[in-house]
Amino acid sequence: MSERHIEIDGQSVPYEEGETLLEAAGRTDAEIPTLCYDPRLEPFGGCRLCVVEIEGSHNPVASCARKCEDGMVVRTATDALEQHRKTLVEMVCSENRQVDVDPLSGFASQELAVLADRYDARTQRFVGRRSGQSRVDDDDNPFILRDYDQCISCYRCVRVCAEQEGDYAISVKGRGFDTQITVEFDGKLNESACTFCGQCVATCPTGALADRKALRHVDTPGPIEKTRTICPYCGVGCSVDLLTKGDSLVGVQPAMDGPANKGALCIKGQYAYDFVQHGDRLTTPLLRGDDGELHPASWDEALDVAAAGFLKARDEHGRHSIYAIASGRAPHEAAYTTQRFIRAGFWTNHVDNCSRA
Amino acid sequence: MSNPLEDMSKPDVIFCIGTNMTECHPVAATGIKKALAKGAKLIVADPRHIPLAKLADVVLPLRVGSDVALLLGMAHVIAREGLVDEEFLAARTSGGDEFLAHVAKFTPEWAEGISGVPAADIEAAGLLFGRAERGAIYYTLGITEHICGVDNVQSLCNLALMTGNIGREGTGINPMRGQNNIQGAGDCGALPNNYVGFQPVTDPANQAKFAEAYGHEVDLELGMTKVTALEQCGDQIRAMLIDGENTLVTDPDQGHCEHALKSLDHLVVIDIFLTDTAALADVVFPATAYGETDGVCTNTERRVQRLRAAVPPPGEARPDWWIISQMAKRCGFSGFEFESAKDVFNEICSLSPTYAGLNWDRIADGAYIWPVPYDGHPGTPILHQDEFINGRGLFKLIEYRDPAEVVCDEFPVWLTTGRRLQSYHSRTQTGRSSGIDYLLWEESLEVHPDDVADWGLTDGGWCRMTSARGSISIKVKATRQSPRGTVFASFSFSDVPVNVLTGSGYDPITQTAELKVCTVRIEPASVPEPAIST
Ligand code: SF4
Ligand code: SF4
Ligand code: FES
Repeated sequence: MSERHIEIDGQSVPYEEGETLLEAAGRTDAEIPTLCYDPRLEPFGGCRLCVVEIEGSHNPVASCARKCEDGMVVRTATDALEQHRKTLVEMVCSENRQVDVDPLSGFASQELAVLADRYDARTQRFVGRRSGQSRVDDDDNPFILRDYDQCISCYRCVRVCAEQEGDYAISVKGRGFDTQITVEFDGKLNESACTFCGQCVATCPTGALADRKALRHVDTPGPIEKTRTICPYCGVGCSVDLLTKGDSLVGVQPAMDGPANKGALCIKGQYAYDFVQHGDRLTTPLLRGDDGELHPASWDEALDVAAAGFLKARDEHGRHSIYAIASGRAPHEAAYTTQRFIRAGFWTNHVDNCSRA
Repeated sequence: MSNPLEDMSKPDVIFCIGTNMTECHPVAATGIKKALAKGAKLIVADPRHIPLAKLADVVLPLRVGSDVALLLGMAHVIAREGLVDEEFLAARTSGGDEFLAHVAKFTPEWAEGISGVPAADIEAAGLLFGRAERGAIYYTLGITEHICGVDNVQSLCNLALMTGNIGREGTGINPMRGQNNIQGAGDCGALPNNYVGFQPVTDPANQAKFAEAYGHEVDLELGMTKVTALEQCGDQIRAMLIDGENTLVTDPDQGHCEHALKSLDHLVVIDIFLTDTAALADVVFPATAYGETDGVCTNTERRVQRLRAAVPPPGEARPDWWIISQMAKRCGFSGFEFESAKDVFNEICSLSPTYAGLNWDRIADGAYIWPVPYDGHPGTPILHQDEFINGRGLFKLIEYRDPAEVVCDEFPVWLTTGRRLQSYHSRTQTGRSSGIDYLLWEESLEVHPDDVADWGLTDGGWCRMTSARGSISIKVKATRQSPRGTVFASFSFSDVPVNVLTGSGYDPITQTAELKVCTVRIEPASVPEPAIST
């Protein structure tokens, strides 16, 4: 079968059946702005920012929703399109209390601010009534801040909850300017079908839905760094980006390219991370003293006592008197060295892990 | 899992048994919801009315511990209706004829008698799964944590084999692992029967290989399982190393377990918190945690992924591999000169046939699903595509057995245990994460509202729950998630030590504890009293 192509800004681009113009354009230099688009969700075509011109077609079309057709000739950045986009972004910005929100708010929270910069749209040309009703104060859940003053009705949260999570906790009431994102009976999130997976926060492009836990660290000094790792809870193995400021772990964001989760997380991976820097952590080795209590000890001392205890048992009761249980939570290197300690040290197979319980 | 997670949205019939997936593996459950949105049909078998059941086309609310009977009934229907994949049977399996003859006597009516599931529903489930183009089976501990755990798994294999639902996209037998690296602990040889990479210790060729690698011949006999070792504490077993496991709270029969650990001459525990188990140790070592440790883990689909440190550990905490290696060196053992997690992982790859094509750098993006038998191999997302590990897929003739305990006059109620969405295991981690308490602040016993009334309990009030092994106080929560006569609790809160009660028996082959079933007596109580082990 011969390859199909479309032309984008004078460049010939091959595409796969079913691909949208926006997806194909992603492989070119074209920079089509989007707001209601999340690559994991079905095309929505709500914000009209991504419109492009197609030769032979009267009106511009939303490139996030329109499928490629062989031979299409597409222009993504004509003056008319850019003017239209600037106006749109200006209107959206003027409806919101603030365009700039702290990046700790959420994965996509900077999208609107980036567009405002690109289109120099902080003009407040359309300043007027603000849409959206904030639920910051009355919904006191510790995870998800609901500041609908900042909402631009892109429906990404509604769609991610339905399409990705299958939870349908978030709904919409009203229309047009009075559109309000809400949950069942206008209640609080914990009275709804919400599972606090945080996916709505991750997809919100304005910070209207924001990560309340991470935002506790707004004033922690230092730039935000991201480190890719894997959630420590269940066996799905979701990829996350740990957010740190200096030596503080300040939050977690889903890794959109995580091979096992493709951006999805549950409450545990999203919010149950601060045990790591909890004051109860063990910080030194402990040794049982003559008084029967555990006392802090140096590594040197503790390692000697630990080793001596195993050797004593071996000498008195034989090498089959030693046993080790490896963790199903710690990394490979822990399990491997545990079994190596038993096999290479005592020449037995007296080792197991905790999968049996 | 025989198939990768991304396959979860591809089957046209999904059979979930013994898995409360929306709570225990929430992100995996989203895959199933996507399949359903595309028109797939869902069969859910679980004693409780779990959230997943609300999405199901056929719900099979079986009595706890009666899975084998249910599965035999379904196999009977598939055989009787001529829905067996004859071609697959002939080409890929053995023992099929005997199996088909075996299931002829296990009618849905017989299965109803044992499982309590209406015969018509067993019939419907058999027909649905039998007719599937791509039928996939998912299960978790609800299947394995029984004295007949192996029989349960084998019964599921029989079902997949007879319908040819294995070795293809969107099919397979898919256990969902409960812990982030439980698969990895097995991969790395932390098993009494296998070296790293599942190489049996009883095979002299493997022994020769590891004698060379480890500098000495290792026993040809199997090691003890953890269950036996705990029973032998103070007798044969005198010294124990426990890494990062709160054995005392998560293992069955807590009284027995505490006694066992206390009777050791020497107990060394490595953990990030002073858990109830660590509090019994002679030496406790502080380990680095999530976000502080470089390393590797393997998820439930056998994907090998890197863990990365983002923050420094508190105080003098150190990585587990470093602690164990230091201890080994002080014992005078050689070969523990590792300087990094990378060194350790690369040694694993050099000795494991399933990791032979991997190394530290190659797994940076988590792109590989093992087995990766050689350099340049792309990985193996779908197992058993052309052939089974031992050549042909073997049918096993399984008979139903009662659980170790069956309800009686003294203990008339079934207790089953599990996990909740917001908490994890013994809550050493989720319990110390801020905000989680907002959603889940205490444990409660889920009881059907009619049972609450019949047994003189009050919703939100206390009760005393007693098994043959002990007795605990717990708050009552009336909910239709529990069927009549069966109650549910998680083992996450150490002030409600549910595992004081459990531990009625073990699977004779894997020695997995029967955590899912025990029988209890429940009485109203006005105030909580301390737990007692009898
Ligand atoms: S809350 Fe955020 S994601 Fe939801 S509609 Fe408003 S702007 Fe979009
Ligand atoms: S985020 Fe949730 S589903 Fe994903 S690995 Fe963690 S606990 Fe499992
Ligand atoms: S991104 Fe295409 S219409 Fe919003």
